[in-house]
Amino acid sequence: MRAPILEVLGLEAYYGKSHILHGVTFHVGEAEIVGLLGRNGVGRSTTIKAIMGDVPPRGSIRFRGEEIAGLKPHQTALKGLGYVPETRDIFPGLTVRQNLQLGEKAGKSSGRWAMDDMFRMFPQLEERADMRAGVLSGGEQQMLTICRTLMGDPDLVMIDEPTEGLSPMMVEHVGRLLEEIARRGVAILLIEQKLTIALKIAHRLYVMGHGKIVYEGTAADLATAADIRKEWLEV
Amino acid sequence: MLQLITFSTLNGVLYGMLLFMMASGLTLIFSMMGVLNFAHASFYMLGAYFGFEISRRIGFWPGFVLAPLLVGVIGALVERYGLRHLHRRGQVSELLFTFGLAFVIEELVQMIWGKLPVDYRVPPQLDFVAFRLFDTTYPAYRVFMLLIAIAMFAALLTVLTRTRVGLIIQAALTHPDMVAMLGHDVPKIFMLVFGAGAALAGLAGVIAGPALVTQPDMASLLGPILFVVIVVGGLGSLTGAFFASLLIGLVQTFAVAMNFSFAEVLGPVAPPFLGDLWKVTIAELAPVVPYLLLVLVLIFRPTGLMGRRES
Ligand SMILES: Nc1ncnc2c1ncn2[C@@H]1O[C@H](COP(=O)(O)OP(=O)(O)OP(=O)(O)O)[C@@H](O)[C@H]1O
Ligand SMILES: [Mg+2]
Repeated sequence: MRAPILEVLGLEAYYGKSHILHGVTFHVGEAEIVGLLGRNGVGRSTTIKAIMGDVPPRGSIRFRGEEIAGLKPHQTALKGLGYVPETRDIFPGLTVRQNLQLGEKAGKSSGRWAMDDMFRMFPQLEERADMRAGVLSGGEQQMLTICRTLMGDPDLVMIDEPTEGLSPMMVEHVGRLLEEIARRGVAILLIEQKLTIALKIAHRLYVMGHGKIVYEGTAADLATAADIRKEWLEV
Repeated sequence: MLQLITFSTLNGVLYGMLLFMMASGLTLIFSMMGVLNFAHASFYMLGAYFGFEISRRIGFWPGFVLAPLLVGVIGALVERYGLRHLHRRGQVSELLFTFGLAFVIEELVQMIWGKLPVDYRVPPQLDFVAFRLFDTTYPAYRVFMLLIAIAMFAALLTVLTRTRVGLIIQAALTHPDMVAMLGHDVPKIFMLVFGAGAALAGLAGVIAGPALVTQPDMASLLGPILFVVIVVGGLGSLTGAFFASLLIGLVQTFAVAMNFSFAEVLGPVAPPFLGDLWKVTIAELAPVVPYLLLVLVLIFRPTGLMGRRES
């Protein structure tokens, strides 16, 4: 078993009065790809937002053994957690290059990734480096968001629905990128609903239902657990 | 006539650039934090009074440097210990807070410096005639003001487009949460922007004080014009604020210079119902012109000159 880098224990979160997370418990190991699956609205995005500190969390969140629940989002990011939101949130008025520069953190020199690595993995980004990011296609924006977060040299990236709305070719490309990220020693928490790439690349999977983890296993385990898939995943 | 046009253009651009020194900060603060800062003109007034106080003790130039810095620090403190806590309570509390702050500053200024204008003078080094054109002289101090305003404009543009902090500010205008999640301390950036905006307004006060009148109602006189500028420009648009500043600066300066009435131009017989208005000079109407412009813009182009959306 890999040494855990992120351990979440009994995580609860609210939006105003509505109770969304009812004690989420899971962990991610060093350089491990972990899938977090579940139907629409079960609270997967809320889980990552609570870990980042964007939604106030209750419960314990340990990153490299250190309690980080209650930190502000920028402090969490500086600890080494990266976040790629499902809304992508590129900075549309800035150029592709400027978007990538903003991923770098102040006072942190040369991590695992340089801008050239990004351009090598995604030549489209280099071609469009000096164009406004707002004119990129959906797929290119998705690559840009992932690359922007990598520029901050996180030890764990949490990626929310990266393949949503992408062409099959693009989906494959993103899948290969995620595997390369993990090969360089970065752990990945991958959120998916349609299981487009999670089954193929994740080392371990969790299934969420009603604000809790309802299943843990490998892709092979899940393939044989038809009841779980029927109850918690299939629509 | 040519003389009037030349000097009014010069003065109009100068007044417009001064307006932009304040409107730029107000606009940035509004688009980042969603706060219409009613106390922004008060920072301008504080700049003038601090400049005056320092200049009579140690000279104009130390005041020129120190007063804006002091105002900037006050601005940053106002954000850090006032607005930041009110943010959770919503925009109305923030608005009321800046509104109250404007009154508090005005009262304090009156208590310390009195109700009458103070004698804030142009420094002797700049107290000469810069040039003479069509038998009219133009003071060197005004040229100096114009140069400072242009230098500030260039500096602002450079910081916003060429530096990392500028990029973070631009990104935080549209996606503050995402910027924070990339590891940037957005509240600190807000504080810096608020402080820098206050310092710019303070600088405008320091250089305008000796040329105009330094008195306790200078903030309440200027405040409404500033709002006209940022609404006409399009709330939140820096480019819009720039053009609106120049527009209002020019329109108002030209209106003041037109010392004749409709009657003198169009003949003594007034159209029905306009009897008295017909004899009023355009110069007398000048103070109303910006508001007239505001009303027209709101009717025909509610988003302002460069505004993209209504919010
Ligand atoms: N800002 C918010 N305010 C109030 N309720 C919210 C907010 N964001 C999400 N919710 C609610 O919280 C629940 C969980 O949302 P979340 O975004 O975590 O789901 P998800 O599993 O990511 O699903 P999906 O992304 O497919 O919508 C949903 O019922 C949603 O309606
Ligand atoms: Mg989601």
